[in-house]
Amino acid sequence: MSANDRYEIHQVDILVVGAGGAGLRAAIEAAKSGLKVGVVCKSLLGKAHTVMAEGGIAAALGNTDPEDNWKEHFRDTMYGGKFLNDWRFALKHAQLAPECVLELQEWGALFDRTEDGRILQRAFGGHSWRRLAHVGDRTGLEMIRTLQDKLLSFKNVDVFQEATIIHILKDGNSVSGAVGYWRETGRFLIFKTPAIILATGGMGKIYEVTSNSWEYTGSGYALALFAGAELRDMEFTQFHPTGMVWPPSVKGILVTEAVRGEGGRLYNSKKERFMQKYDPVRLELSTRDLVARSIYTEIKEGRGTEHGGVYLDVSHLPAEVVKKKLPGMYKQFLQFAGIDITKEPMEVAPTMHYTMGGVVVDPETQMTRVQGLFAAGEVASGLHGANRLGGNSLSDLLVFGKLAGKGAAEYVSSLKKEPKIDKGEVDFAIKDSLKYFEEKDGVSPYDIHDELKKTMQNLVGIFREEKDMKKALEKIYELKEKKIRVNGNVMFNPAWHLAIDLKFMLLCAECVTISALERKDSVGAHSRLDYPNESKEKYNQFIELKNGSIQLRKEPTLEVPDELKALLKVPPSRKWEERNGNKKNEKGE
Amino acid sequence: MKNGEVTFLVFRGEREKGIFKEYKIPYQEGMVVLDGILYIQSKLDGDMAVRWNCKAAKCGSCAAEINGKPSLMCKTKVKDLEQPIKVEPMRAYPHIKDLVSDTSWNMKTRRNMIQKIGFSPKKDANWRMKDQDIEKGREFRACIECGLCLDTCHVLREHKLFEKFIGPAYLTFAAYLETHPMDSANRLKWLKEEGGIMYCNITKCCTEACPEEIHITDNAIIPLKERVADEFFDPIRMIARKIFGGKS
Repeated sequence: MSANDRYEIHQVDILVVGAGGAGLRAAIEAAKSGLKVGVVCKSLLGKAHTVMAEGGIAAALGNTDPEDNWKEHFRDTMYGGKFLNDWRFALKHAQLAPECVLELQEWGALFDRTEDGRILQRAFGGHSWRRLAHVGDRTGLEMIRTLQDKLLSFKNVDVFQEATIIHILKDGNSVSGAVGYWRETGRFLIFKTPAIILATGGMGKIYEVTSNSWEYTGSGYALALFAGAELRDMEFTQFHPTGMVWPPSVKGILVTEAVRGEGGRLYNSKKERFMQKYDPVRLELSTRDLVARSIYTEIKEGRGTEHGGVYLDVSHLPAEVVKKKLPGMYKQFLQFAGIDITKEPMEVAPTMHYTMGGVVVDPETQMTRVQGLFAAGEVASGLHGANRLGGNSLSDLLVFGKLAGKGAAEYVSSLKKEPKIDKGEVDFAIKDSLKYFEEKDGVSPYDIHDELKKTMQNLVGIFREEKDMKKALEKIYELKEKKIRVNGNVMFNPAWHLAIDLKFMLLCAECVTISALERKDSVGAHSRLDYPNESKEKYNQFIELKNGSIQLRKEPTLEVPDELKALLKVPPSRKWEERNGNKKNEKGE
Repeated sequence: MKNGEVTFLVFRGEREKGIFKEYKIPYQEGMVVLDGILYIQSKLDGDMAVRWNCKAAKCGSCAAEINGKPSLMCKTKVKDLEQPIKVEPMRAYPHIKDLVSDTSWNMKTRRNMIQKIGFSPKKDANWRMKDQDIEKGREFRACIECGLCLDTCHVLREHKLFEKFIGPAYLTFAAYLETHPMDSANRLKWLKEEGGIMYCNITKCCTEACPEEIHITDNAIIPLKERVADEFFDPIRMIARKIFGGKS
């Protein structure tokens, strides 16, 4: 077939890749400028993984606890991230999150309410005040619906559902377009655009046990690297402490932190409330890195449950409270595990959930060092440091999605000439993606994916050491060399989609492993058995591609200015309980 | 489950044409239909087309017809089904490939509603709402847009009135907008003339199909229909409208 049949060309001013919270929020802000916006998403609109976010949006509204404010939120985020955060992101985030939540309300979101009719906030791990605006335990669904509807109110937006971007085109050091394909027909899509916002989420699918859906293949990290941008701190992979463990069908599926926020307690098989040993002050509401490690240790040391988890119990709470505040969890366990959580404990274990590291962007505009290339949400980095606090992701999506949309609109408006796309580069990207149909003796992409997931799960997991990670790296290189064969044609062919995604996943796995090997200390979500202590120096690790190979360099973490340092003196604690003087009750057995 | 094996009959083909292909696969405790389909995809037929995302009945991607019943594949347990398990795409929509149908009508319909009768907050809205004020709206907001109610609705499935009727899912969306305490718009005329609300004859098939257990007919559609009827078919109001014009 001729080249013209093979692809179609679209011209937009700003292309947003991904339609989860960050992509939608970025697209809304970009659309406000009147420019022509294209939104590309791999699934149908409204199905992105933000839907699965359950607990809430962290924002210091001060409704439930009037003492809360951005300074408190800034402090908690920095402590949570072990001070490896870029403070500029943490500051912006804490300051802008409340107005972003109020925007959602004004666009129609129905949050749980306080007695006097304002947005109710709940407690979460590592937050000193009750801070998370929420909708029972389906906050993500409400957020994505609200954003989706707001986006569709703009006439200058085109949505390309079930399409995937596979290559970013450049003119010199500036973005000029992108190559993608329609999942349905396999027809290629060429976008001519001076600005691209990556909002592609994370890379959970390089692990075997993950809360992430098939979409989380790390394409954004890889696209950014190939385009010449940098990544930061890819070793910080967050294992959410509580994923389902039984039955096998639902292994890894998220059990929201709201369960603990509402008073859920963790026990081992000896009925010990083991968090008293690991963090006697914050207990179950300690930070995620610590809770995940504690659960993992209990299981490893033989105090786990029948199916290899620990117990998470809410049966001491009134049944009607559980059903009202955690309806999704109540249904999820009843449906999939046959367990009534108002009466029996859940079985849970850590699950790969989130990537703190990611694309390096400017804190004001969200632009990378590539002109016209922006990133926001999980794919970007800076805010969370070595460990993300629960609830800080949804607010991250809103705050930095918005800034990215604004940043991209301003960039495009200031451009003097239109960047050109290189037809040779387009043809190469298309040809490269079709090679899998021509391999005669290749292996199945599903088999390569299985091997990759097992490798990362077993060798670059919660606790890491050099000999394992070296093995992992060898395995990754071996998998990269393997020829992949895809059967069938380009029409809605998941094997072909996976083959293309594997290129991204393998690069991500390599970045995670190299970064994890190079960080020879333990901090936040990165725990080395061979280097168990935290390093005195605070530093970040940056990755770029040079002639196709990964280059890593370390840089001291940006120093917090003195006026903000004063805010960091007192560490986070459960301040609302201290004020109410009922700390004893919460801790008591 | 003979010898720990289950038999699936899965519709394979493109653009309405295809056959039911038989697969025998190992059974695992707690297995749902989507597990079976993904097993087939990863081990037997790599190009099997299927939509899925969250695998926890929260995103509404994996709607299909299982033994003739519109259901979510991720929450339908294999052990509860008669074998062979027949899996086919939602039939009310045009077919694309295997288990995937063309649901683009959904976004088109929602977008049209948003642009014509979208959320329209009161000018002086103070945004103070109580839990009890938003209780109704919350039920409608639980909609995960899986399309099962649309697939079931005979107005769409048999009579194909996609151009004239927005169907149960989008009447539910309208009900959310109408019950939002801060909203100020009146959508009754649009629902009657553009939304085709009167096509619904309350057979409640949609309610039965809803995996979120939203009382679509009783709580969303009937109250809207009653208001439309009061507004447009009440004889006194009809006369009043003729005399005074405009809204009554």
